[in-house]
Amino acid sequence: MSTDRAAPVNASARGAAAPRVPPAASPWSRRAAPAILLAAIAVLPLLPVPEFWITQLNYIGMFALVALGLVLLTGVGGLTSFGQAAFVGVGAYTTALLSARYGLSPWIGLAAGLAITLAIALVLALITLRMSGHYLPLATIAWALSLNFTIANMESLGKYDGLLGVPAIECFGVSLADGRAMYYLIWLLAILGAIAVRNLLDSRPGRAIRALGGATVMAEAMGVSTFRYKVVVFLIAAQLAAVSGWLFAHVQRTVNPSPFGLKMGIEYLFMAVVGGVSSVWGAFVGAGVFKIIEDQLKELLPRLLGSNGNFEIIVLGVVLVLMLKYAPKGLWPTLQAALARWWPAPPRARDWDGAEPLAARPKPAPGSVLLRVEKLRKQFGGLVAVNDVSFELRAGEIMGLIGPNGAGKSTTFNLVSGVLPASGGALHFAGEAITGLPSRRIARLGLSRTFQHVKMIADMTVLENVALGGYLRSRSGTARAMLRLDRAEERRLFAEAEAQLRRIGMQDHLHELAGNLALGPQRLMEIARALCSDPSLLLLDEPAAGLRHKEKQALAAVLRQLRAEGMSILLVEHDMDFVMGLTDRIVVMEFGTKLIEGTPADVQASPEVRAAYLGTEH
Amino acid sequence: MDGAIASILMLDGVTNGAIYALLALALVLVFAVTRVIFIPQGEFVAFGALTLAGLQLGRTPMTVHFLIAMALLTAVLDLVAAARAGRLTAELRPIALRALPGVVIGLAAMALAPMQLPLVAQALLTLAIVTPMGGLLYRLAYQSLADASVLVLLIVSVGVHFALTGLGLVFFGAEGSRNPSFWEASYAAGPLMFSGQTLIIVMASAALIVALWLFFERSLYGKALRATAVNRLGARLMGISSTSAGRLSFTLAAFIGALSGILISPTTTIFYDSGFLIGLKGFVAAVFAGLSSYPGAALGALLVGLIESFSSFWASAFKEVIVFTSILPVLLWRSWRDPHHEEH
Repeated sequence: MSTDRAAPVNASARGAAAPRVPPAASPWSRRAAPAILLAAIAVLPLLPVPEFWITQLNYIGMFALVALGLVLLTGVGGLTSFGQAAFVGVGAYTTALLSARYGLSPWIGLAAGLAITLAIALVLALITLRMSGHYLPLATIAWALSLNFTIANMESLGKYDGLLGVPAIECFGVSLADGRAMYYLIWLLAILGAIAVRNLLDSRPGRAIRALGGATVMAEAMGVSTFRYKVVVFLIAAQLAAVSGWLFAHVQRTVNPSPFGLKMGIEYLFMAVVGGVSSVWGAFVGAGVFKIIEDQLKELLPRLLGSNGNFEIIVLGVVLVLMLKYAPKGLWPTLQAALARWWPAPPRARDWDGAEPLAARPKPAPGSVLLRVEKLRKQFGGLVAVNDVSFELRAGEIMGLIGPNGAGKSTTFNLVSGVLPASGGALHFAGEAITGLPSRRIARLGLSRTFQHVKMIADMTVLENVALGGYLRSRSGTARAMLRLDRAEERRLFAEAEAQLRRIGMQDHLHELAGNLALGPQRLMEIARALCSDPSLLLLDEPAAGLRHKEKQALAAVLRQLRAEGMSILLVEHDMDFVMGLTDRIVVMEFGTKLIEGTPADVQASPEVRAAYLGTEH
Repeated sequence: MDGAIASILMLDGVTNGAIYALLALALVLVFAVTRVIFIPQGEFVAFGALTLAGLQLGRTPMTVHFLIAMALLTAVLDLVAAARAGRLTAELRPIALRALPGVVIGLAAMALAPMQLPLVAQALLTLAIVTPMGGLLYRLAYQSLADASVLVLLIVSVGVHFALTGLGLVFFGAEGSRNPSFWEASYAAGPLMFSGQTLIIVMASAALIVALWLFFERSLYGKALRATAVNRLGARLMGISSTSAGRLSFTLAAFIGALSGILISPTTTIFYDSGFLIGLKGFVAAVFAGLSSYPGAALGALLVGLIESFSSFWASAFKEVIVFTSILPVLLWRSWRDPHHEEH
């Protein structure tokens, strides 16, 4: 399943022993850079800059707002839309119609535009986002074309001529008719938009959104409704586009269908990809580069070719393909990597000391039945991977699930945790029937798991990956995150994440990118992430694989301590010393069927188990 | 509306639907084999129609130069890659052989273009010019990204669509062209007037669909393509190169595109950018079939053709809106029926 391909384990060279850069304070120049840039943006229109450049910057700001939405949608969420220009059009036409024809305030136009965009985007999202990722872009192409043809054929919207006489925006009695005045409004909104998106990406919902691109199964197992966040991301992107359209109508003071067509929709995607499709400031770089090269090409190419036409799209198309081939990250991240030599990015400030601990789940009574598996069955076509397997797991015990390769152990895990739907049988967990429930619902009842093939978000730090495990123990939503009202809860989450990483012996790796860890530490990180959800049952799929001897002993000690604290553990493992020394009971599987169940001593003495692993004499 | 009008609209819808069916089949084929959502399919339609129009005027269409340029650029890129891998001497012959068809066809077309050949010969020449572009395009734009995600391949497709549309403007100018009919005859059957061209379109589409079916069912190449569509890695392990499967599917797509362009150019004026909308209607049809079933795509195409012809009667200004909006209920239906369709 390529959507869930774990991040490449390409950094094994930088293992646990690699030297770490001490969390040095960043140079003052880096800390001051945003303030200086902001001041420059604020002062610029007061200087004798030609009107032409103010106009250019106004367009760049409006384009960047749209590209910002695509960064969130495409770069982070792994979805895309060619219909952003159409959402810009909805924002522009709504305010133009209301203010020019009916004399209403542009601010009412803004609200109406946002509401209409929300409704349209919601319909598109609900229809397409339950299916594979490529139906959304196809639906947005259809939507962009339909909107354009509709506008261009409606008498009441002025057909191809559009609407004229759109008034200027008034802000606290000040008219923003002048380009320099609009400049402030545009850049204020663009920068606020960028900050809100940045805040969002560094938050509880943000971590869930960052899982959409390639770790949806993991996120679901942590309790995240990935469908919901796909919808949220698409709605935010559409709203940013609608704001840009509102500004556009009041800058141009007239609207017509041509800037809202599919061509422009593709050009917005161009900006996001060229600037850096997964970085917030890349949207601005991309918008700037697009506006400047497009202007130059529109001037140059017709002269070169001796006729008029949209020849610039040849260059834009070729550049887009070349960027994806040779610099898929885009310009801004490349620039950032170059700057990092002088301006190292500071690690996350450690501000969570003394944060109130997250609420803990009441532990089930020791010895009570926690998980009951009855005649569990899974068929893939003709292959019976799990064949009527039954067992019980009691609170406070560690149970091992062993068997030769292909015995159906990982499939059993996937069935119990709800990652795969069972073909038959019944599952009860913590006194509730969980048969057929999706993994995020089962997670809510206190079951957490790790994966045989590590699933993580490679470009997030270890600490952030583990904090995703605390998703269900926190509640900050998208709006709170964008407004930065979630900090108290974030501190509690990070304190919990750090505590779990300490417990598992990973305190030195907090701020490392997860993708840079070796396989052993990545597995430990998955355990810490599962622990962060405060489970009453922990499912560990080959936790000791890739660990060294000492690390295995340390892991066994941690698991024993967890058991002493009342946690139950079900684990699949091939290291027999590890399993025999740790577990209370063992279930042995072979060819999808349960062979025997018993204490480690029973299992070691069983001739059937010996035969399953080593074959029989004839 | 009376029966006569309805039957005329039906005929119209079926004729257009036959073209969309061809395009939809090509799109499903390309997507199944390479996971590329081939937005630029329509550009080959325009290239086919307008190359033929150029030949009609006794000119050498610039697509000929484009073909030679693509073949040479491909050869240069292959040579550089071979040199880097230190296999220059071993690769020299296959690289030259791969570039040869494009260059030879291009040079031959330059010689043949001013000769005012009969229409059918010109149509065949057009097919010969446009078809090799498919494989070359695969090499230039997609091959090195073959393992990228569907999303990246889709964005590449959009880039290629931009580049080819712009080049179409350079090659053919902004004016549209209409080609003469292949068969001027017309037959009356009750209120219906069958033009010879309509019959040719429907018959050619049917013939091609049967040929494709035979190709996939009976030929080894066709089976190799199907194997790649089912499981790329497995096919590769069986010695089927996913690169040549990709190239072959793109070549077929270019052939189908050019043929569609040649077939419809006598019935409507084609501009350099007309192909895009025609190709997208093929897409609507392919989406009806979930981008996976060939008969489903063909049925979807007939439906799209009928929706289009009837909406052009009731609300001609909103014809395109109705066609493209019809994708939404279809997607809704698919989403309900098969909600957990994860990408593989």
